[in-house]
Amino acid sequence: MADVVVEQGRLVRSARPRKAASLRNVLGRKSTVAFFLTLPLILLIVLLVLYPAFYSLYLATLNKAMTKFVGLGNFTFLFKRETFWMVVKQSCIFAITAVFFKALIGFIVAHFVHNIPGKKQRKWRGMLLVPWVIPPAMSTLAWLWLFDPSYSAFNYTLSFFGVGPIPWLGDTFWARFSVILVNVWYGAPFFLIMYLAALKSVPDQLYEAAAIDGANWWQRIWFITLPMMRNIIAITTLFSLIVTFANFDIVRILTSGGPLDRTHLFATWAFQVGIQSSDIPLGACVSLFMVPILAVAAVFILRDVNKRGNEA
Amino acid sequence: MSTLVIDKAGPTRKLGSMSRDRTWALRWSYFFLVLFAIFFLTPPAYMLITSLKSSAEISAATNPWWVYHPTLSNYVELLTSNQFLRFFFNSSMISIIVVIVTMLISIPAAFALARMKFWGSTTLATGVFLTYLIPDSLLFIPLFKMLAVIQEFTGITLLNRWYVLVFIYPTLTVPFCTWIMIGYFASIPKELDEAAIIDGASWLQTLLRIFIPVALPGLIAATIFAFTVSWAQFLYPLVFTTSIDQLVLPVGITTTLIKGDVFNWGQIMTGALLGAAPPLVIYAFLMDYYIAGLTAGATKG
Repeated sequence: MADVVVEQGRLVRSARPRKAASLRNVLGRKSTVAFFLTLPLILLIVLLVLYPAFYSLYLATLNKAMTKFVGLGNFTFLFKRETFWMVVKQSCIFAITAVFFKALIGFIVAHFVHNIPGKKQRKWRGMLLVPWVIPPAMSTLAWLWLFDPSYSAFNYTLSFFGVGPIPWLGDTFWARFSVILVNVWYGAPFFLIMYLAALKSVPDQLYEAAAIDGANWWQRIWFITLPMMRNIIAITTLFSLIVTFANFDIVRILTSGGPLDRTHLFATWAFQVGIQSSDIPLGACVSLFMVPILAVAAVFILRDVNKRGNEA
Repeated sequence: MSTLVIDKAGPTRKLGSMSRDRTWALRWSYFFLVLFAIFFLTPPAYMLITSLKSSAEISAATNPWWVYHPTLSNYVELLTSNQFLRFFFNSSMISIIVVIVTMLISIPAAFALARMKFWGSTTLATGVFLTYLIPDSLLFIPLFKMLAVIQEFTGITLLNRWYVLVFIYPTLTVPFCTWIMIGYFASIPKELDEAAIIDGASWLQTLLRIFIPVALPGLIAATIFAFTVSWAQFLYPLVFTTSIDQLVLPVGITTTLIKGDVFNWGQIMTGALLGAAPPLVIYAFLMDYYIAGLTAGATKG
């Protein structure tokens, strides 16, 4: 970032070298101006992001009525609950599986879109990005209706192939499958767009050189496409991992965590515990367990973003 | 280009097989694209199909993929119901105010961070990016408690009022918008604002006359992002508002149209479609800006 900053103070100095006093004024004004320009941003981040984040740490150490300090009592209580470990497991399964399939589908579809003539790409891209544009709460309602136990349009269609009615949201396996499916449906277009942009930035000469050397399609992908796209793939995957791990809308609307808490994620369980059962400290405690994995992903993203900044 | 290379390298027969390969690759591409398009477009299409059905047709076990007696009654019913219009009004008000607030905060901040080097500016830029990575599901509980405490101390009603969301949503929109605006501002040639400064323009004039017009595409992308995020936000309104007249569209549809075990699917799908309409319309007209904003978020650094 530093290399793009104009040294405006220095510029002024060279343009008007007359008075040292006015120079000091200009410099003083510059940092004052900068301070006032960023003040609203700083206030917003400090008051509504940083403060609540630390407040949540404090809340997590109180008892249910929020009258007494219990230290790590909430944490030890959670560790003893089976539901908690189930939520940990489910969140990991959900995030990893969903991100993997989003990335895979995005990668494959990006290649198909890249293959077709340039003029038609715009139209296809526009069509394939629609799931990302619809508010997830709204599109999940459509999925809920597609999965409906008695009028399921999927089961209606499957019955023609002799596949029996599937309890989409009633059975543990299928409920998890459905939740992941909806998340993949919603998130894959994002990967598609990112990968398509990355594919377009790979120089054609590399593929031509590979074609002359007799590389097959697999070698072209493995030795050219993937290394060239590595950075984008890393950033997109990590970013999506954070968003998916913290997902709320889809599970909340589709299953509300059911059947028997078998699809709860950290966010939905924290909502149920903290807001619906109004045990705010315990809810804060549950949502805090998202922090470690988010922090790890954030560190890696930051490293990649900075690397990109230095390359450019 | 590749056919040219093959032409030089091998006999003409090979050229034929190569172009036949390409034709097949193209056909397969289209085939799979159609499959994926079906997968991606089924839910919205099914929303539309269901929204055109009457309750009687939905409960009759006919082919769910076809409308036998199309009717607009669901649309008429929703668009004349005060409750639904209220949701729509709340959502629009919140989204418009949030977009304005976001722009007022993030454009000056991005300008300062991109062009004025000051103590801690690099750290702040990194901090902005990190804030963008903090999800809503981490902050809703402390924010809820904070609002309750403030309400207790000052006597100002904050919980269960739609306008409180106007203060909360910028935490989601401002970091991203600032981040991509920093990217856009940084890509503007330094000569442009140096010239303006030499001509005697103030910082404010440089921002208004040079930066905003030149970075207008980025500005549009950021605006679209802010609008879409505040329109689609579901968790915060679900937690902070409960009275029917204070709800926003996504929460309103999921909580009021589902009454107990009775699902009025025709109306739910109509509501969902109408709720998805504003982002979809914006997307249809400003697709390129939308995609530019999407890719800029992770790539501009």
